[in-house]
Amino acid sequence: MKLNPLLKLAESLEGLPSDATRSGYGRGVIEAGKNKQVVVLSADLTESCKVDAFQKKYPDRFFLLGVAEQNMMGVAAGLSFTGKIPFVNSFAAFNPGRNFDQLRVSVVMSDANVKVYGGHAGVTVGEDGATHQMLVDLALTRSLPGLIVVIPSDAEEARKATLAIAQKEGPCYLRGGRLKVPTLTTKETPFELGKAEIFVEGTDVTIAACGVLVYEAVLAAQELEKQGISAEVINVHTLQPLDSAALVNSVKKTGCIVTAEEHQINGGLGSAVGEVLSEQHPVPLIRIGMKGFGQSGSGGELLAESGLKAINIVKTVEKLVKKVKS
Amino acid sequence: MKKKTSIKELELRANMIRKSVIQMLAEAKSGHTAGSLGMADIFTALYGTFLHYNPKKPTADDRDYLILSCGHICPVLYATLSSSGFFPEKELLTLRKLGSRLQGHPERNCIPGIETTSGPLGQGISQAAGIALGLRLDKKKNKVVCITSDGEHQEGQVWEAALFIAHQKLDIINIIDRNYIQIGGNTEDSVALGSLKEKYDSFGWNTLEIDGNKMEEIVEGLTKAFQSKGPVAIIANTVPGKGVSFMEHDASWHGRAPNPEQAKEALNELTKIEEGLKK
Ligand SMILES: Cc1ncc(C[n+]2csc(CCOP(=O)(O)OP(=O)(O)O)c2C)c(N)n1
Ligand SMILES: [Mg+2]
Repeated sequence: MKLNPLLKLAESLEGLPSDATRSGYGRGVIEAGKNKQVVVLSADLTESCKVDAFQKKYPDRFFLLGVAEQNMMGVAAGLSFTGKIPFVNSFAAFNPGRNFDQLRVSVVMSDANVKVYGGHAGVTVGEDGATHQMLVDLALTRSLPGLIVVIPSDAEEARKATLAIAQKEGPCYLRGGRLKVPTLTTKETPFELGKAEIFVEGTDVTIAACGVLVYEAVLAAQELEKQGISAEVINVHTLQPLDSAALVNSVKKTGCIVTAEEHQINGGLGSAVGEVLSEQHPVPLIRIGMKGFGQSGSGGELLAESGLKAINIVKTVEKLVKKVKS
Repeated sequence: MKKKTSIKELELRANMIRKSVIQMLAEAKSGHTAGSLGMADIFTALYGTFLHYNPKKPTADDRDYLILSCGHICPVLYATLSSSGFFPEKELLTLRKLGSRLQGHPERNCIPGIETTSGPLGQGISQAAGIALGLRLDKKKNKVVCITSDGEHQEGQVWEAALFIAHQKLDIINIIDRNYIQIGGNTEDSVALGSLKEKYDSFGWNTLEIDGNKMEEIVEGLTKAFQSKGPVAIIANTVPGKGVSFMEHDASWHGRAPNPEQAKEALNELTKIEEGLKK
């Protein structure tokens, strides 16, 4: 199996460096901070969201909001009305979990140029348990018209995505994670908001994944190749606006699709893909995602426990391909 | 103070605003009457004397910001903006109709002079805080005035914002419509707010209490507030439904529009007040 050479991804899947998307986000925020309009707000999760470096470097443009996410979102809206580009930081469980109406009204409906960082998303936050494992943020955010929703798959992509949303006028949501995952993309890998990338080309099945599941999908494609199944892996880093053309083109070739995400199975990537394809080019689809709330454990254990590993994708693809071919 | 307008002139204008509010709501057949009437004096004083703005350049860099947090009383803001030259008066009668720029709850830039989207209570004060913070970062001196309601103070977000604004010592004037009503009746029978003055005092705000329907007191209070630095809370004790005897102090007028007969009667009463003021 070959990674798409046009994307200048890592040369091999062996020995990749690991990092968390939150770290890439933190580096992106620092870079974005060269623009003096960028300001950073934190609701007592500064280090967790990796904006402590920004705080040190640009103390005059960093604000502590206390444990008050609703106010933080509103303050960010107000700042944007004076030309600032605020980054609003907390865990996804609270941001947008706690302050969804402030996101809806003060930010998105107002077309406020606010950047929302939902950190520690998904089951991979691990030991903190189900209360802190945000698994519905994608359903919430993609329900808001005009909000850009981005789910970087590794730290380097997170850095680029952060710069991209800083430059993009209008409300954006960026989902970050705490678990260190292999960094598959490189400095040279292109990143464009709204443009899905084909990481692996294939002809028998499409696997559309986002976030930490992208790497798992690539591993799955490698395994499937050994069985004679050619899988195409698409990194859908932007959930909204969805790159429907890329998805439609892929399934025209492969004829079936599996989606994989670290999110409730309803309302996230799988739903979004299903909606588009059933309207534009219906093909058999199986969604992989969370079915229920999580529990304590390590991030890696929880991915396995939740059926979100490469092996689960492999089994699902085998089942689907068998069904489609028969 | 930007312009000198006599108390009598302001009172007359406020009465005109009340008439517009009645006409708009009667035409719309729905909307929030009590709070709109109760706050007419304060809006008139703000736009007549205190706020710096240019209706021809509503988003000019040097404008003062009026943030209406309790968006349901937007009829009084629309009427005041129109009478201050932001848009034609006849448009007021399109309130709440399909395609109108006068939405049932205001939306940012829906019509010149509307700074923010509001209606879901509790959000305006945070936005005002962000605006004040942004202005401070740019070393600008524009004033930021926020209008909140008493029922709205049951929302936790208001107190999050109150803490933050005090901590940052932001230059914000928060005018609180203390009319003691909300949808279900008296605020003190729902979840009592008690002394908002003591609460704001204890949060570290500079707090004033005025009769929000007495023009001299409004002008005096706003004069003090506009000269102060840091957060100022003005607890404005107002009469909901002010100016229309059968609406005053009656919570059932919170979100009800007058029918044609009621509107006629209300306008008659307001005309009598006008004649009295002109004497
Ligand atoms: C967050 C939110 N919850 C509920 C409502 C519905 N609502 C609209 S006005 C209102 C009463 C609020 O009291 P107040 O603003 O004091 O009313 P008034 O004095 O204008 O009658 C309520 C509950 C709302 N607009 N926003
Ligand atoms: Mg009230």
